[in-house]
Formats: sequence, structure tokens, C-alpha cells
Amino acid sequence: MGKHNDQPDGKRRQFIGGTILAAGAATVAPGILLTVAQATGESQGVSSDVRYGMLIDTDKCVADCTACVDACDKENGLDLQQKPKGQSDDDWNAQRPQWVRKVQLKDRQTGDITDLPMMCQHCEFPPCVDVCPTGASFRRADGIVMVDRHTCIGCRYCMMACPYKARSFIHQNVVNQLVAAPRGKGCVESCNFCVHRIDAGKMTTACQDACAKEGHQAIVFGDLKNPESEIASILREKNSRQIRADLELNTGVRYTDL
Amino acid sequence: MLSSTGIRRFAGVLMAGAFTFLTTGVLGDSAVTPGSKAAGMEACVAPTAEMRRNHMDYLKHDRIKTVRKGIRDIRNSLADCVDCHAAKNGSGGYAQIDSEGQFCDKCHNYMAVDLACFQCHRKTPGEEKLSQSALDGGNVDHRLGLLRDKDAPAALAADELVQLQAIVQED
Ligand code: HEC
Ligand code: HEC
Ligand code: HEC
Repeated sequence: MGKHNDQPDGKRRQFIGGTILAAGAATVAPGILLTVAQATGESQGVSSDVRYGMLIDTDKCVADCTACVDACDKENGLDLQQKPKGQSDDDWNAQRPQWVRKVQLKDRQTGDITDLPMMCQHCEFPPCVDVCPTGASFRRADGIVMVDRHTCIGCRYCMMACPYKARSFIHQNVVNQLVAAPRGKGCVESCNFCVHRIDAGKMTTACQDACAKEGHQAIVFGDLKNPESEIASILREKNSRQIRADLELNTGVRYTDL
Repeated sequence: MLSSTGIRRFAGVLMAGAFTFLTTGVLGDSAVTPGSKAAGMEACVAPTAEMRRNHMDYLKHDRIKTVRKGIRDIRNSLADCVDCHAAKNGSGGYAQIDSEGQFCDKCHNYMAVDLACFQCHRKTPGEEKLSQSALDGGNVDHRLGLLRDKDAPAALAADELVQLQAIVQED
């Protein structure tokens, strides 16, 4: 026990935490006004009894493999967009939507190279949510940070605020979308842990499945709060890190062997 | 509040107009399109008169539940509207539900309502709601990520690497 896991002590957060609570109460009010009489046997919705997270074993992540990126593009319909005619490769690569990307780190002293997938880190205290002027950026009760694109005005403050460069803006019209992944021009989007799969009871993400299929098994998704879950038990056994732990965002995505 | 009842009343006037339009048109008194699942069914997700008047509020209410709370079995799901109300076209596929003369265009066209919904939402029924795409492999088009360049990896000194994970605490 007592493994390193970059868990922030949260003291620095207390003041900010209070402000977030106040803001939360304010946004509930319009929701109440919207209420329409309805008596159906709907499910209850997500609960804060779980916190979804992801653990990436950078030792198992392979340099030239992009299986996770390709699977994400396909699952979420990101590959419906193509490079516009006449746009340079540089511009396209800088602007095209990307929810997960491969990053390679090189230690300048030792030449040691680390490969890892980088995506939304699903912070407990997400900067994107702090700066969003419309409340479109939000954190679901189960810890998934996402954009409500019905409220997003495309201002892109969240993209600037994100320390992980995890968000993309859609610059083009999109056609022939997937039913499970509506998306269109003018909104910001990012990794949502394949929320449509999770809500449907499928407890894996597309990137995780693809990584496993390649035989690498570098990605484990699961409930950080459930001590029985695979992810929680690995976190108990191994040292892990949060990227930019100095910001004390308490990320939901953790890395081992980094 | 005042303005919202105002809009309601105005919508009532518009709806009266819509019915005149529907009853005087060759379409008969229903906007339901032939060749759609709904054409062979008895009822909508709520009583027809209620749907005519309130579907916009219902949709906007229920989408908050899905997106914010993860409630997927909402009554007024836009994907479900498309499933039932999209009509088959001549060539075996489906007509786009918001294209001219199709279900979500019929009344709206007359009222000059321009829906933004289908800029993002799929306009025809999907084959399956939950994509298995990750499992079928298929896509072998290898592309490089944004920050990644094989020849020039992002260079970091050891102390910079440490800065990336500044505080490592014993828990
Ligand atoms: C289970 C299939 C089904 C689903 C799902 C469904 N509808 Fe319907 N809808 C019908 C049928 C059938 C009718 C015709 C009812 C009648 O004849 O009275 C209808 C009628 C309507 C009408 C009235 C049309 C008229 O002629 O005035 C509206 C408006 C409507 N639906 C909107 C919607 C919307 C919006 C949704 C999505 C929230 C939706 N429907 C989902 C089957 C469906
Ligand atoms: C900018 C893109 C965008 C636009 C425009 C948009 N939506 Fe959505 N909508 C989404 C996304 C993304 C989701 C979440 C899908 C998911 O997680 O399954 C969603 C989910 C929904 C859902 C719940 C899922 C379902 O199909 O039942 C409803 C209902 C819905 N939207 C209604 C609407 C309506 C009505 C409009 C137009 C007034 C609209 N949306 C416009 C992006 C959009
Ligand atoms: C029976 C006629 C009728 C049909 C069919 C119909 N609508 Fe409407 N809809 C209206 C009217 C009338 C308004 C405008 C009411 C107002 O101005 O307040 C409207 C407004 C809306 C709005 C709010 C406008 C906005 O931009 O947000 C949405 C969303 C909407 N409809 C969705 C749908 C969808 C989706 C379908 C197809 C499944 C559909 N409607 C089919 C009559 C209809």
C-alpha cells in the first residue's frame, strides 16, 4: 500500500470548490422552469457513486501503433470529416478534430522515449468547465467531462483553458453522422469516454477495445471508486501519475510507468 | 414568464394555421409521411394533439436528461422520432427527414421554422444505435497524432519531465 498516485490534498481547492457549488445552484433554476409534466418509468440517470477513469500503462503503449486513435475516430464519427480541398497538411493537422492522439516524450538527457495516448483527462476540477460562459462544458455526476453541444456557442475558451490540448473545434459541415454521435460545425468536442456505450451498459471504450485487439492492453477503463474494479486494484498495486499533477486537477486518467 | 405565455399563444395561432394547411392540402389531415414506420402505427409517443403543440418543448426538455444525466430511455428521443417518422424513398433507402416535404419539414416550412437539429443529428434511421466499430477493425489507415512526429519527438529534459508531474505524494 501507499503507492504514489499524485492524489492532491485538495486544500488549495477549498475556496474554488465553494464557488463551484454556488454556480451549480444557479444553473439548476432554469432547469426547473423547463419542467414539463411527465410521468414515465425512466431510469434515474448517472450517480456520483461511481467515478469513471482510465489507466494507461505507457510501457505497453507501442510507438507506431495508432489503433486507439483510429478506433476513436470511427466510433465517434470523427472520420466523417476529410481535409478540405486546397488546405495544407499543416493547417489540417492543426485543426482537424482529434479526441485522442499519440504523444511521444523524449528525455533529453537519457534519450529515453515514452509513448502514450493523450486525451481529455476528465479532471475532478476541470478548467474547461470553469471558463465556459454558457455552462455547456460540464462534469457529469459520474466524473465524465463533456460538452453539451445544445448549449455550446463555439467560443473555444475551453480549448485555451485545457492544459492537455484535449479539445477540438468542428470547422466544417458534417453529413451522414452516426446516430450515437451527433456532431456538426461550430461546436467544441472532446473525449467523453464513449458515453453512449457506457450508458448502454457496455463497460469498455472503443480505444481500450482496439488496444486490446492489437494485443497491447495498455488501456484499462473503469470505476475509480469501486475497490473491486480492475482499475482500482492496479492503482493500489502500482505507482501511477497524473499529468500536470502540479495543477491539482485530480485527473481521472492516470498513467503508470511514466 | 409573461413572454413565454405570449409565445405559447402565438404558437397556438400558428398551429391553427398549420392545421388549415394540412387539411386544405392534398395530404389529408395528417403530416405523417407514407412509407414511414409511423404510417402503419396507431399512436405517437404522446397523444397526437399534444405532440403537435408541444413536441419542441418535450424534445428540448428530454435532451437535457440524456446529455446531462445519462438517461437514455427518454420518451422524446430525437433518434426515435427519426426512426418512426422517416419515410422510405424509391431506392431502398430513407429520405432525409428534414428535406422538402418530409415529416420534420412539412409544418416547419409553412411556419418558417428552420431546425438546427439536423446539422448534428442523423437525418435517417441508423442501422444500429450502438456501434461495434472498434471491434471490426477494418480501418488500417494509419495517421499520426497532432503532436507526434516520428523524427522529432517532443523533447523534454529530465527536470521538465518531472515538472509535468510535480507533486508526487504518499497517500
Ligand atoms: C413509435 C413510433 C413513433 C415515434 C417514436 C414518434 N412518433 Fe410521432 N407519430 C407516430 C404516429 C403513428 C403518429 C400518427 C398518430 C395519429 O394518427 O394520430 C405520429 C404523429 C406525430 C405528430 C402529429 C402529426 C400530425 O399529423 O399532426 C407529430 C408532430 C409527431 N408525431 C412528432 C413526433 C416527434 C417530435 C417525435 C420524437 C420525439 C415522434 N413523433 C416520435 C409515431 C411515432
Ligand atoms: C451542435 C450539435 C447538435 C445540435 C445542433 C443539436 N444536437 Fe441534440 N445532441 C447532440 C449531441 C452531441 C447529443 C448527445 C448524443 C449522445 O450522447 O448520445 C445530442 C443528444 C440529443 C438528444 C438525446 C438523444 C436522442 O436522440 O434522443 C435529443 C432528444 C436531442 N439531442 C435533441 C435535439 C434537438 C431537438 C435539436 C434541435 C433543436 C438538437 N438536438 C440539436 C448534438 C446536437
Ligand atoms: C404538425 C406540424 C409539425 C410537425 C409534423 C413537426 N413540427 Fe416541429 N414545430 C411545429 C411548429 C408549429 C413549430 C413552431 C412553434 C412556435 O413557433 O412556437 C415547431 C417547432 C419545432 C421546434 C422548435 C424550433 C427550434 O428551432 O428549436 C423543434 C425543435 C421542432 N419543431 C422539432 C420537430 C421535429 C424533430 C419534427 C419531426 C420529427 C417536427 N418538429 C415535426 C410543427 C410541427
